[in-house]
Amino acid sequence: MNLKYIGLSEINGPLVALDKVSGISYDEMAEIRLDDGTKRLARVVEVSKDKAVLQVFEGTKGLSLKNTATKFEGKPMEIALSTEMLGRIFNGAGKPIDGLGDIYPEKYADINGKPLNPVSRRYPRNYINTGISSIDALMTLIRGQKLPIFSGSGLSHNKLAVQIVRQAKIADENGQDFAIVFGAMGVKNDVADYFRRSFEETGSLQRVAMFINMSNDPIIERILTPKCALTCAEYLAFEHNMHILVILTDMTSYAEALREFSSSKGEIPGRKGYPGYLYSDLASIYERAGIVKGSTGSVTQIPILTMPNDDITHPVPDLTGYITEGQIVMDRNLDQTGVYPAISVLPSLSRLMKDGIGEGFTREDHQMVANQLFAAYAKVSDARALASVIGEEELSDIDKAYIKFGTLFEEHFINQGFDVNRTIEETLDLGWTLLSTLPKSELDRVDEEHLEKYYSAEKASALTQE
Amino acid sequence: MDKIYSVNGPVVKVRNTKSFSMLEMVYVGNKRLISEVIGVNEDFTTIQVYEGTTGLMPGEPVAGSGAPMSAVLGPGIISNIFDGIERPLRRLEDLTGAFIDDGAEVSPLDEEKKYSCTIKVKVGDNLSPGEIYCTCPETPVIEHRCMLSPLSKGGEVIWTAEDGDYTVNDTVVKIKNIYGEIEELTLCQKWPIRTPRPSAKRLPIDKPLITGQRIVDTILPVAKGGAAAIPGGFGTGKTMTQHQLAKWCDADIIVYIGCGERGNEMTQVLEEFSELIDPRTNRPLTDRTVLIANTSNMPVAAREASIYTGITLAEYYRDMGYHIAIMADSTSRWAEALREISGRLEEMPAEEGFPAYLPSRISEFYERAGYVKPLGGGEGSVTIIGAVSPQGSDFSEPVTQNTKRFVRCFWALDKSLAYARHYPAINWNTSYSEYVEDLADYYNKNVAPDFMAVRQEISNILVEENTLMEIVKLMGTDVLPDDQKLLIEAARIVRVGFLQQNAYHKEDTYVPLEKQYLMMKAILQFYNLAKKALAGGVNVDKIIHCGWVEKLIKVKYDIPNDKLEMFKDYESQMEKDFAQLTEVR
Repeated sequence: MNLKYIGLSEINGPLVALDKVSGISYDEMAEIRLDDGTKRLARVVEVSKDKAVLQVFEGTKGLSLKNTATKFEGKPMEIALSTEMLGRIFNGAGKPIDGLGDIYPEKYADINGKPLNPVSRRYPRNYINTGISSIDALMTLIRGQKLPIFSGSGLSHNKLAVQIVRQAKIADENGQDFAIVFGAMGVKNDVADYFRRSFEETGSLQRVAMFINMSNDPIIERILTPKCALTCAEYLAFEHNMHILVILTDMTSYAEALREFSSSKGEIPGRKGYPGYLYSDLASIYERAGIVKGSTGSVTQIPILTMPNDDITHPVPDLTGYITEGQIVMDRNLDQTGVYPAISVLPSLSRLMKDGIGEGFTREDHQMVANQLFAAYAKVSDARALASVIGEEELSDIDKAYIKFGTLFEEHFINQGFDVNRTIEETLDLGWTLLSTLPKSELDRVDEEHLEKYYSAEKASALTQE
Repeated sequence: MDKIYSVNGPVVKVRNTKSFSMLEMVYVGNKRLISEVIGVNEDFTTIQVYEGTTGLMPGEPVAGSGAPMSAVLGPGIISNIFDGIERPLRRLEDLTGAFIDDGAEVSPLDEEKKYSCTIKVKVGDNLSPGEIYCTCPETPVIEHRCMLSPLSKGGEVIWTAEDGDYTVNDTVVKIKNIYGEIEELTLCQKWPIRTPRPSAKRLPIDKPLITGQRIVDTILPVAKGGAAAIPGGFGTGKTMTQHQLAKWCDADIIVYIGCGERGNEMTQVLEEFSELIDPRTNRPLTDRTVLIANTSNMPVAAREASIYTGITLAEYYRDMGYHIAIMADSTSRWAEALREISGRLEEMPAEEGFPAYLPSRISEFYERAGYVKPLGGGEGSVTIIGAVSPQGSDFSEPVTQNTKRFVRCFWALDKSLAYARHYPAINWNTSYSEYVEDLADYYNKNVAPDFMAVRQEISNILVEENTLMEIVKLMGTDVLPDDQKLLIEAARIVRVGFLQQNAYHKEDTYVPLEKQYLMMKAILQFYNLAKKALAGGVNVDKIIHCGWVEKLIKVKYDIPNDKLEMFKDYESQMEKDFAQLTEVR
């Protein structure tokens, strides 16, 4: 049906309403043509027998009740897909913005995707070697996992993401079927530029599809950005059998766009003004990661989000943590002491790690070392808390040993540097060396056999001498 | 024909109609999407749709089904995996591929598979609701017992089929009720999911659900027919704890509801449970498990229904005389689904945007747990274990608080324990179980006469440690007097050696009650001997470093579950060592 409706009946924020329309379906796309000939895209968000509410992607600036003609397209939002998308740059709605012209689509797909049947999933087990000790040893990234980085403004999360991309790529056997889909929501120009330059420097620009929505672009497009990016990722992974790493930054801006949109629709707000369906909405993004039976590709997600006021209980990180398979948490104190990457080890976690490490994947003692490092480092914070009250001098010998272990652990294990790429053996050996600075009797998470094999007081003292 | 008036997310309205009743199941649109009526007034009938509504158009037809949202109950449920409205996911996969399409109509049970049936009634018998008329093996470990539906009036058997192989829709028995109406009975029946199935009588709760997890079985037990909640922030191990319980608890059947959780987790349950062998039956765990998977990206309305579907299946097997444990992971997602739909209906929100009827819905759910005498006689039970995911790990939020009011067992998971990788991260100070007293007799009779006394002593050590910890946090352990130093050390053995349990260790993943008891005894023996030695003037450091602390912590690995007699050697050796310690002085 190619009816055109002239004029609007109401404009409110990014939403417009049309009266006396018929044959409109829920979630359908529409094109609004202004008097001056410019076009805007819109989507039906509510429809009743004679009224439709539309959200306008490019914003409602300049619209009046009279100067528009609206044409409905009769189908939901679709994106043109092709393998040529790699190496290209798109806006949040999937339109090319690099001036190289349109792509020739191999197919169109609904950007909302469809829920993946749990019985069709393959449980992810292959680990990705990122070359970063704290991640590889303690919160191992698994192919097909969704592992967000919880960060704060001003921390080095972008740098960390770039390092993961660069080193994970090298670790891939041939690198042939590896690609990156990058979705930027509400980021500053220079952040987007930083990623672009970094991809260029590592020579992977031809393997990256970038979906960019700047912080001054319309919020409706921001809501579409991750969906377009993931549709592209799913297409490349499951139809072209590629290993796709999706980086989404910044999920907090996305959630804020959703809140803005929800409140302009007059919806009843939930916690901190975010809509009640924030969980379902975030899940519809994060759950689009995984491995599907019958395809050799995979979608691995590393969403980045900045915790407002570094508060991990804020709704966005909180709900994200409930959906994703773990989290990498960045720490401002560590960052200020010059540690890079400033990963706060204790609250960080990878849920899929247990099945992707150990014999046949990494090394048989991996789980034990990881548990022991966690347990020991947890004691460090107790000892430090005590030291801040009674002073370090007054501590018992064992507490002093822990304090020392903590310092060494942060200096040598967590702190690694942007250009250092460690193998898993190096990482685990380093872990053992650090554990060897503690007396043997304190190591209750490792068994005798491996304690004999790897515990080495000489290496420990060598490290302490440094 | 009634037509759609408006669409807003999963909520559809029909105008000026009187054809639908409250909670009726209806089919919406040309795709016949499965939906339920949730509001009726003069102007509008409000319907929630269990599938995606993209592409739905005002003017499309809405057809009633004349019955409330019901579950189909019959053989073929066990070892299956369903979505929130009882659609079998494996069949959906065959039908629509890896991604689920809207409007796929599949019957919940396999209609072609034949079961080898034994007819249990003969012509002339009187059959009343709840009585069994036919049995068939559903899986190698579960016998399916077809009962007359409680909705039936009952009557006299006028015809029966021969014993033999039948599909779920074949008529096997015909009965005639007192009004002369003839009812044909097949292997399956329907039951409205929001209505609890009736039973003859509720029985007192006095048997524990034995899980093989030390902190649960001895410190915070849950009874068969009871209800427990596991609240915890993300990463504290809710799902892990539920997996452990589902694997090892001594229920006959497990109903595992993945309500708004991760897809990969459900895949993991599927894979792991088909590989794990149940020690009691020597068959894979899937032979006794039903999975309901409504992952977080599947439609929100079906998420709300999944809890009810799960409990209806459980009650059905309870009525056959089985003991069922339900793992609901997570009830918070279900509550959020309620909130989401309530918001779409523009209802007045109460606390944190949740609807005002949240507490009554939560209590309705947990009240469906119970130990009962089914209509057909015998005994059966449904135990509910619900995970709660509090927002911001804050236990004062409405879902946790309201759940607390309706369960009698509360396993609070603790972030700091999880950070230290102390699993299960159940905080023994903030958790409680009101079942301890109800179950005391069982433990004293079946494990050891002094079981409860021993348990109390262990828990006293933990309580005392907790009080001391306040000082320790400020001043360190060095300032404590010797007897308190000893207590701290004893508490450490209890925490690390007893409460902490390794799910990946083959001896430690499941521990029989007998061993749990002996472990506690050994710890207390150490503590008492140590106290005596201390009184006899032995230096406290000497006691702590005599090697028994480490030995007791590792006892869980060193003494296998089938060699419990080794505890005797430990006992005498400990006596000897301490005697020596005192002499040396």
